[in-house]
Amino acid sequence: MVRDVTLGQYFPGNGLIHRTDPRVKIVLLIAFIVLIFCTFNYYALALTAAVTLLIVLLSGVPIKMYLKSLKVIIFIVVLTSLLNLFYSGGEPIWQWGFLKVTAEGINRAVFITVRIISLILATSALTFTTSPTDLTDALERLMKPLKVFHIKVHEIAMMMTIALRFIPTLLEETDKIMQAQKARGADMESGNMFKRVKALVPVLIPLFVSSFRRAYDLATAMECRCYQGGDGRTRMKILHMRKSDYTVTAFMILVTGGVILCNILFQTVV
Amino acid sequence: MEFISAENVSFYYDTDDEQQNSVRQYALNGVDLEIKKGEFVALLGHNGCGKSTMAKQLNAMLTPVGGDIFVDSVNTKDDKKTFDIRRKVGLVLQNPDNQLVASVVEEDVAFGPENLGIEPKEIRRRVDKALKDVDMSEYSKHSPSKLSGGQKQRVAIAGIIAMEPDCIVLDEPTAMLDPKGRQEVLDAVIKLNKENKITIVLITHYMDEAVLADRVVVMDKGKILTQGTPQEVFSQVQLLKKHRLDVPQGTELAYKLKCSGANIDKMPLTDGECIEMLEGILG
Amino acid sequence: MSILETRDLSYVYGQGTPFEKCAVDKVNIKIEQGEFVGIIGHTGSGKSTLVQMLNGLIKPVSGQVLLEGRDIWENPKDIRSVRFKVGMVFQYPEYQLFEETVYKDISFGPSNMGLSEEEIDARVRNAAKFVDLKDELLYKSPFDLSGGEKRRAAIAGVIAMDPDVLILDEPTAGLDPMGREVLLSQLVQYHKQRKNTVLLVSHSMEDIAKIADRVLVMNSSKAEMFDTTKNVFSKGEELEKIGLKVPQITKIMSALRAKGYPVSDGILTVEQAFTEILTILNKEGKIW
Repeated sequence: MVRDVTLGQYFPGNGLIHRTDPRVKIVLLIAFIVLIFCTFNYYALALTAAVTLLIVLLSGVPIKMYLKSLKVIIFIVVLTSLLNLFYSGGEPIWQWGFLKVTAEGINRAVFITVRIISLILATSALTFTTSPTDLTDALERLMKPLKVFHIKVHEIAMMMTIALRFIPTLLEETDKIMQAQKARGADMESGNMFKRVKALVPVLIPLFVSSFRRAYDLATAMECRCYQGGDGRTRMKILHMRKSDYTVTAFMILVTGGVILCNILFQTVV
Repeated sequence: MEFISAENVSFYYDTDDEQQNSVRQYALNGVDLEIKKGEFVALLGHNGCGKSTMAKQLNAMLTPVGGDIFVDSVNTKDDKKTFDIRRKVGLVLQNPDNQLVASVVEEDVAFGPENLGIEPKEIRRRVDKALKDVDMSEYSKHSPSKLSGGQKQRVAIAGIIAMEPDCIVLDEPTAMLDPKGRQEVLDAVIKLNKENKITIVLITHYMDEAVLADRVVVMDKGKILTQGTPQEVFSQVQLLKKHRLDVPQGTELAYKLKCSGANIDKMPLTDGECIEMLEGILG
Repeated sequence: MSILETRDLSYVYGQGTPFEKCAVDKVNIKIEQGEFVGIIGHTGSGKSTLVQMLNGLIKPVSGQVLLEGRDIWENPKDIRSVRFKVGMVFQYPEYQLFEETVYKDISFGPSNMGLSEEEIDARVRNAAKFVDLKDELLYKSPFDLSGGEKRRAAIAGVIAMDPDVLILDEPTAGLDPMGREVLLSQLVQYHKQRKNTVLLVSHSMEDIAKIADRVLVMNSSKAEMFDTTKNVFSKGEELEKIGLKVPQITKIMSALRAKGYPVSDGILTVEQAFTEILTILNKEGKIW
């Protein structure tokens, strides 16, 4: 049933990573992703992979959840690593027909696989340990400087907040409408692609109509509560950087230093 | 002047009829209404009688086409004072699902004060107090989508009282709730009126809710049909029946008995009053 | 043979997860052809799940639903025909309107049944008549109707399937007193003419008292009581214990009875109370 879909992947907890300021988490994640793609030899790659594993273990989220998020991209990982494996230049180590494997191919395949997996794991760690609300909130605060470029930061954040609030409501509503149309004999389970898409019309139209009604109501309610855009607005929650946030940041700076060092010390790929 | 005073207010919507001709429909047609500070007023009437339009007039969501409304001596037509009026007169809507903004209860309650630009510490204090006032403190970190209708509606009320208004207008807040939810919301509203001295305008279809008010105003076709204490209004059983409005069952029974000659001088509203009345007749 | 019967009917939400919650627990009821049954209970008492199992929208976890003696899940492929025989009107049914015209929307059910054009036309007009929708409204967009009209159009959409059992989940929710009264009297009229079985889920004890023959009381997933309306509402104390009310008039009259006045038990309407009191006065010669 539709209502079983859980929104976001937030996994409540109270570990070090859960407690870290969401703004710090977002900034560090971006920095770390850049770092992952700036590893030019196996030592640097191994270092970033180790840090990724450390984050995964420290997050306190079951490994099963991480494996689930990897499952989605497994196809892409296999495909890109195979392409890299077979279609790289250099001296062939092994050849069969038009397929040839070179040392460079192997290196590239390993790099791309480890990088993508690290990327996914680190990003998942963020979404698993930060509630959608905190994420939106942190993004709004981080993007504030973008106002200079006339980007409507507050409006974007408000839209995200409202979307988060209404997705469960709309899912529930979809479910209700589907049941009601099924009670009138709508057949949504059988038939070919075309028939099934057509069978969605009786669900989608009421859903649109009700979304507009909700939007109208919500706009009224927001105006009643003196909403006039982002100007002059304050926030109840103040985000403070704590000691642990500085520690985590310092650690990530050390890791960056380590990667740079590896890149300089070991010029060759292997 | 009373806290809210509406003087000969009229308002219309322009709609199209079958032939696409523009038709002017009067939602309000010369309404005079005064609401005292601290009063609990129930507003009754059919769908389309103009009560929702009236509700939106009271907090300057709409402004009169004819006549004037003064809130705390300020004309609602004064553009510069719009948000000041909305802070003083909060409006709670019918559908509990559609008026909550944030996905965490306490953040939703904070929405109003945040819009007013109040400093964070004060917002925190108000949010905690507002949630306590509607008895929802233990749900402060919950997601609204997991709450019952009655709970959601109480969060919506908390979101209004966090702006510290003088008056709350509730537009059929219980219409979509089950009896338990209705009771919760009603209890919260009465508590706000009695303890926090907040002026209440409750729009409802339910007579048992209207009975609790200090004053009942019945609207019909954009006009005020009758008003007075619940006792005075519900005694006019014939008038209410003619306009096909509900009357409490006990009152209806008393009316029938009175029509067939029984000696009843005071129309009963509550169960207790009705039993007393019947005992009086039966001896 | 009963038209609808349940045998140990049970349903559990989220089975096998930590959020497992029993919604309906071993319900055994028999509903006879032609009855008007009221269903009362709190939100979350299991009544919505129960009625959705009765027309095969939800498949029971265990137990059976028998329609005219046959298990409705005997042949899962035929479940759609069960849904045509047991019509279901959901809460706020106007939210499911979707067609360009009211006519087309009402005909959605009948055309899913694969009926002929003439048959569909006859059913649409007949159903519209039951809920008193004027002919000119049939060619309007459903979104241009008033709230009460929308509600009745949606109900007509289910009536047009001409079900042997019609289930309505709080059909009067959110309507004003006049709308409520009109809709209820139309339902009573429909039931009288069509002579089918009607199940009405409602929070309004006054409405149930006025029109139901028998009342099913659901409480924490179980069928707490299933008896004639009079008998159920005579048990005011028991109902109050599970947080349900009885109609005001019933309460007043049983309070009088408790004080020793010779009024009968289970008075359901103001009319009944009125005649009752007049009779007593007559007997005692105290008539004016």
